Order: sequence, then C-alpha cells, then structure tokens
Amino acid sequence: MAKQPAVSVQHVSKAFGSLQALSDVSFDIPQGEFFGLLGPNGAGKSTLISALAGLLQADSGQLSILGADVSRDYREARKNIGVVPQELVMDPFFSVRETLAFQSGYFGLRNNDAWIDELLEQLNLSDKADTNMRKLSGGMKRRVLIAQALVHKPPVLVLDEPTAGVDVELRQTLWRFVRRLHQSGHTIVLTTHYLEEAEELCDRIAIIDQGQMIALETKDDLLARGLGSKLLIRAAHDITAVPESLMPKVTRQEGRELELVFNREKDSMMDILDGLRGAANHIEFVSVLEDRLEDVFVRLTANNEAQR
Amino acid sequence: MNTINWIASYTLLRKEVARWVKVWLQTVMAPVMTSLLYVLVFGHVLEGRLEVFPGVSYTAFLIPGLLMMSVIQNAFANTSSSLIQSKVMGSIVFILLPPFSALEMYLAYIGAAVLRGFAVGLGVFLLAVFYVNVPINNIGIVIGFALLGSVCVGSLGMIAGMWAEKFDQISAFQNFFIMPLTFLSGVFYSINSLPPFWFQLSRFNPFFYMIDGFRYGFFGQSDQPVMTSFAIMLVATLVLAAITIRMLANGYNLRDQ
Repeated sequence: MAKQPAVSVQHVSKAFGSLQALSDVSFDIPQGEFFGLLGPNGAGKSTLISALAGLLQADSGQLSILGADVSRDYREARKNIGVVPQELVMDPFFSVRETLAFQSGYFGLRNNDAWIDELLEQLNLSDKADTNMRKLSGGMKRRVLIAQALVHKPPVLVLDEPTAGVDVELRQTLWRFVRRLHQSGHTIVLTTHYLEEAEELCDRIAIIDQGQMIALETKDDLLARGLGSKLLIRAAHDITAVPESLMPKVTRQEGRELELVFNREKDSMMDILDGLRGAANHIEFVSVLEDRLEDVFVRLTANNEAQR
Repeated sequence: MNTINWIASYTLLRKEVARWVKVWLQTVMAPVMTSLLYVLVFGHVLEGRLEVFPGVSYTAFLIPGLLMMSVIQNAFANTSSSLIQSKVMGSIVFILLPPFSALEMYLAYIGAAVLRGFAVGLGVFLLAVFYVNVPINNIGIVIGFALLGSVCVGSLGMIAGMWAEKFDQISAFQNFFIMPLTFLSGVFYSINSLPPFWFQLSRFNPFFYMIDGFRYGFFGQSDQPVMTSFAIMLVATLVLAAITIRMLANGYNLRDQ
C-alpha cells in the first residue's frame, strides 16, 4: 500500500474580501521530500501555510497532514507538523529554555529535557539557554523559532522564509541543520525568497502566483523545461544584420556578442548558426547558458501576469 | 478525542502564572497598594460618620468591597492583557499552533486569572487586618464568591482580549465598562442608601451581587439574600464561560487574521 502523503492540499480556496488569496490549489507532498513553495510577495504562500497549520480556515477544499484533516482531526494534524513562522516573534517574559519547555508541554509532552538539550546543542544555543528571549540577536531568535517548531518532534517541518534577514554564516548553519533533518527522514516544506536556496535544497518545487499554482515539478524538470536556455554567440567581428526570422529570439545584441532564447526541444542549433552565417563571420565561441531557477521563476510569473 | 489534555492545559496555566509572577511588583503589589490607599483615605474620612450594617464600622464594611474589586479587576487585567499582548506581538501563534482544545485554553487562562486575583485579594486582606478588624462569618462563601467573581470577570477579560485589536480598546473596555459597573456595585456603600431610581438600576448590575454576596461571607449581612446573589452569579459565570469557550473554539479574532 502506498504511503499516505506527508501533506495533502486538495482544491483549497481562500478569499479575504475581494482578494482571492488561494484559488483551487491542489498538490501532495510525499513523505521525506524536501519541497519548495515559491512565489512573489502576496502570492498566497503564507496563506497556504497558515491553512496547513490551522491558523486560518480555508473557504473550501481539504488539507491534511499525514492523513489527519487539519480541521476535523486538528489534534493529530498539529502534532504532525512544526511551523517556523516568518516573523521573529517571541514571548519576552521567558528564557530560551523556558520557552522550549512550555512549547513542549503545550503538545502534552513531559520530561522532554533531553530533546530540548539536543536541540539547543544542534542549533548552537546551549550557552544562551538561560538568556531571556529579549536579549537574543535576530539570528538567535530565528534559531529558537526553529527549535520551538521541532520541540514536539514533528515529522513535517514547514519553514516560512526562515533565512529572511539572516547573515550568510547563519544561513549556512541553518541549512546544514535542515539538511540533517531531511536526511533523518523529516519532510521539509520551504518557502523562500532566495531562489538559489530552493535550487540547492529542494527535490520538488511548486510556484504559486496570485493564489494559483502555476508550476509543480521536480527541480530538475523545472530547470530542464528548456524554456529558458540561452545561446550565447561571440564572433570575431561585430554582429550585424541578424535575419528577421531570428529577431524574435534575440535578447541581447552588443558588438561581437549575441544572445538568443534557445529551446532545446524546439530549436536546432545548426539552423540558428546557419541563419547567422551572413551576419556573423568567424564565430569564435558558442555556449548554451542553462537557466537558473530564478530565470524560470521570473518567466513563469511574468507569463501568468500576461495571461490575466 | 474529547478528552482534556491536562498536561497541555497545566503547562499553559503555569506559563500564564509565570507571566504575572515575574512582574509581581506591577501585577500584585501595585493593586494592593492602591486598595490600601482607598482604605486609608475613605476609612479616615468616613469612619464614624456612616454605619452601613449595624455593628460594622465603615472601614470594616469597605474592606470586602475593595477586596472583591481588586480580585475581579486583576482577573480581568490578567486575561485581557495576556491575549492582547500576545496578539499584538504575534506570540499568540505559539498557543495557536499546538493542539489545544478551546476548553483547555479557557481553563488555563482563567486559572491564571483566578490565582492572580486571589494573590492580590489576599495581599489586600493581610495588610488591611492590621488597620481594622474584619470578621469572617463564612469562609466558604467568601472563597466561593471570589472564585465566581474572578471566573466571571476573567471570562470578560478573555472576551475583551479576543475582541480588541489594540491596547487602547482594552483600556476602553476596562474604563467604560468594568470600572463603572464595579464602582456602582456597592463597593463603597449599601445600595439601600441610594434613591429609588439608582437602587433599582443597581439591581440590574451583576457586579452588585458579586460584592453583596462576598460581603455576606464576612458579616453575615447583605442587601440581598445571599442565595439570590449566588444564583445570579452562577448563571452569569456559566453564560460568560460558555460564550468565551465558543469564541475560542471559533478562533474569534485569533485565527483567520
């Protein structure tokens, strides 16, 4: 029997007044996957995460965590998920250890000190365990938020832009930690504005824009769509008079260099080079520039905007 | 799935108690000091001029009213400030993400409010008895009314905390609703001394029954039969508790924001 998905989102819609924040969004995340949820600001990512975490009620559709419906079986669903919120929120009355001990108790766990110590150790917070939350730096507060999300050992961890405003060193530390969690079997759902992070970490990526899912593919498929590859051509002399047939593909023409959109499934490199024979003598260099996730993301969200 | 997770509820209770204990000067000593000033000023000015109940000095009469006022005002302050503070600061998310039921949350918040109310009330009483002799006719009635009053007004605090989106709305709720009902409930006087119109109006003020019944526990005398006050308080408390639990279950102004 197939394992049930770690996260299941089926036909979920949510509106705030006239703003349609989510529109019939559906996808499953298998257990153990590192899943990226990308989208521009206001796309609906945080709304979706809030609905998964039970922080808001979807207007329609079903959401479940490891088979537990987030509304009907909310107790089980919430035990299965840990959420690292986007904002650096904290309770200013308590120390780091008190914060984690309370959070652990909220999930009905007693005698959880060993795991709390391990979390403190792994997140380099041991020496701050008895420090009041108010006295921590932004980066340390972020690490406490991650520890809070993991204190009840949830199999699914949702990180909502965890590295926003975090310095490079801490970001690397956080990712090493999250990678270890993933390797130990956790399902990770990540939203981030740093697309190189998603490209580096995620197995599969969903792109959401204006409340709609516009892409849901493995990272490799997304990058290999061929939509965004570019062909860079450098000639011995300035390139002039590019044939009309190639003009729609040209993205840059500067002196000896010409850059064209190149779709590996539809375009033939030989045809392009033949077409340029008259315009660019002595081609010195030809290179296919692979798309970065950022290029694909920008193109997909721009297309979605254009179709509206 | 309807069983109560006592560990979760008890943990939230401990956290809510720790919240006011850590700032005890502000949350306990300051209201105790305010109440003692009332005792000193009103007791000094009115002692010997008024005898509300036969054989009971005015200052002694004043103490139960001030005690109850302290208990309920602090019960209100505890629940309302905790909720609005965590809403404004965003830390409410740590309470909303765990699998709390509405009843578990309610018991924890109200428990902490009752304990703070009792701590302030005990502080006022222990210091006041140095100043004036206050008899206790029936300790069960004293504790029973203090409990009902703090649960009732603590629930109002939760309702206000959920409803409000800014600190000044809580302040308005306290100053334009709780304070007038408290001051016009017979804390400083017997409603029998009021003109007929104000007397009748006071009988519609639930806070009056809270204080009148509480005072009966001390002196064995009251404006209304103590069982009437108890019945009215019990109904008011149950109704407010039910409304509060319903609002928590619906996530009123907590979720879906």
